[in-house]
Amino acid sequence: MAQEYQQRPRRGDDADEHAEQQQTVQARPSDEAFDSLLDEIDDVLESNAEEFVRSFVQKGGQ
Amino acid sequence: MSVAAGGIETEYGIAMLGDDPSNPLHPMYLSHHVLQAWLDAHAAGRTGWDFSSEAPLSDARGHRVARTEAHPDQLTDIETGLVNTILPNGARLYVDHAHPEYSGPEVTTARDAVAWDVAGDTIVAEAGRLAAGRLGHPVRLYKNNTDGKGQAYGCHENYLLLRDVPFHRVVVQFTGFLVTRQIVTGAGRVGIGQGSEVPGFQIGQRADFFEREVGLETTMLRPIINTRDEPHADPKMYRRLHVITGDANRSEVATWLKFGTAALVLRAISAGMVPRDRVEEFTLPNPVAAMHRVSHDTTCTVPLTMTDGANRTAVDVQEAWLEVCRAYLDRCSDDLTEAQRAESVEICERWQQVLDGLRTDPFTLGDQLDWVAKLALLESYRARDDLGWEAAKLALIDLQYADVDPARSLYQRLVERGRMQRIVGDDAIGHARENPPHDTRAWFRGRVMAKFGPQVRAASWDAMIVATADGALKRIELSEPLRGTRALTGDLLDGCDTVEELLTALSGGEPG
Repeated sequence: MAQEYQQRPRRGDDADEHAEQQQTVQARPSDEAFDSLLDEIDDVLESNAEEFVRSFVQKGGQ
Repeated sequence: MSVAAGGIETEYGIAMLGDDPSNPLHPMYLSHHVLQAWLDAHAAGRTGWDFSSEAPLSDARGHRVARTEAHPDQLTDIETGLVNTILPNGARLYVDHAHPEYSGPEVTTARDAVAWDVAGDTIVAEAGRLAAGRLGHPVRLYKNNTDGKGQAYGCHENYLLLRDVPFHRVVVQFTGFLVTRQIVTGAGRVGIGQGSEVPGFQIGQRADFFEREVGLETTMLRPIINTRDEPHADPKMYRRLHVITGDANRSEVATWLKFGTAALVLRAISAGMVPRDRVEEFTLPNPVAAMHRVSHDTTCTVPLTMTDGANRTAVDVQEAWLEVCRAYLDRCSDDLTEAQRAESVEICERWQQVLDGLRTDPFTLGDQLDWVAKLALLESYRARDDLGWEAAKLALIDLQYADVDPARSLYQRLVERGRMQRIVGDDAIGHARENPPHDTRAWFRGRVMAKFGPQVRAASWDAMIVATADGALKRIELSEPLRGTRALTGDLLDGCDTVEELLTALSGGEPG
């Protein structure tokens, strides 16, 4: 029956997740091999990042 | 056997560059052109799709949604005239909503799930290159799940469960597993919130799009447990659990663990391995909020309040499930095939190793998990170029990590530098492009397509309709996913040179 699946009363105090402070692992200093990797990636990245990202708009899917 | 088979289906992000903004090509037709280009190049005909056993409005909770009350997105059983076909490897290739989709064939191990999943990526990548030549514009295809502007599309897993396992038990117990597994299966995402309203990085591509605990929808108000009751098999015996929370992974380790751990947990749940008096240790009173919290915490240390009142991290909850699965393997491994048993032991070992890594330092897993690999790359860029999370370049790196074309894919750059561990080799992927898995009905489906493709008028997961020389249409039922294997039908198919011989052989007579 559908009722079985109705939401139970909430416990816990999960605040609005957008507002809560985000925790992020400490940024790592990159090693030398990584530096040359970044140079290689620079060469294959689409040009004009701003425009490319802005125009990537999808219709919704599942 | 408690979980018989399963498979992975992926909707790819798609874009054509340099399109005429005053008259843009609709992504549905772009998707069609991309897939049709591949079919034409491979001389693969277009079979129809047999919708007669589709039931997108049938709810596992025991009711149906009336068609007039359903959202148009839910009516997935309508013939559209767009590409919708079966490949010789047993997969389905089609246009789903406004995306190209590859639904891998039924497999019985996680390693096979990886091989046939990555095979799909290579097919779609090739399709994009072929279509670009035809359309006169570059085409991009991404194995990701969001445009970062409020739209999401899916990478779903399917697990065939026995009908006699109470669905309510699966809903209650599996939800907490799905919420916490993101720390292993997340593909990483730049931007917090459905429309990336808050600059930052989160573990999951999909997490922010889940708004309900349980439901029938897949394109809006997405539920953590999807109740679509469409088993594509004998409904008295089976149900198909349609898992829609997963991210599309590039990392083979992530896909392997995603499929392998979920299948194992579902086996343990089916076998009743969680004692009734301990269920509340595994459940969350507010799973939707927890889904978002887990995704937004890249330290993997945020405490979640469980139903029993205790605080546990996602790593703790995953480790508790790992213990349940180990107990299941100790007691119930007779349920499994030899290959599944051996793989399950490997899955548990790797799962433990990954959880240990997440506990001590997530960055040690940069060669195994997509979200860590992506975050390490992004952090290096941030350090080198002094970029804030709102920088467009970081969003581009997020996107281009998932480009399926090896020439542009940043994931592929990591693979080529030996920075990503693999699970299957290129040979296995090449095999999976051309051949169906041998141990499910996908074998029969794929081999019939390879041998008699032009005479297959329509097909679906559980049936094929073939045309005989005199124009009659004959339906071949494939309602049992574990029949139609190479062992059961290999000799029979080898001995038939025509569809008529095949039909005769299947009805018990001698072919020829």
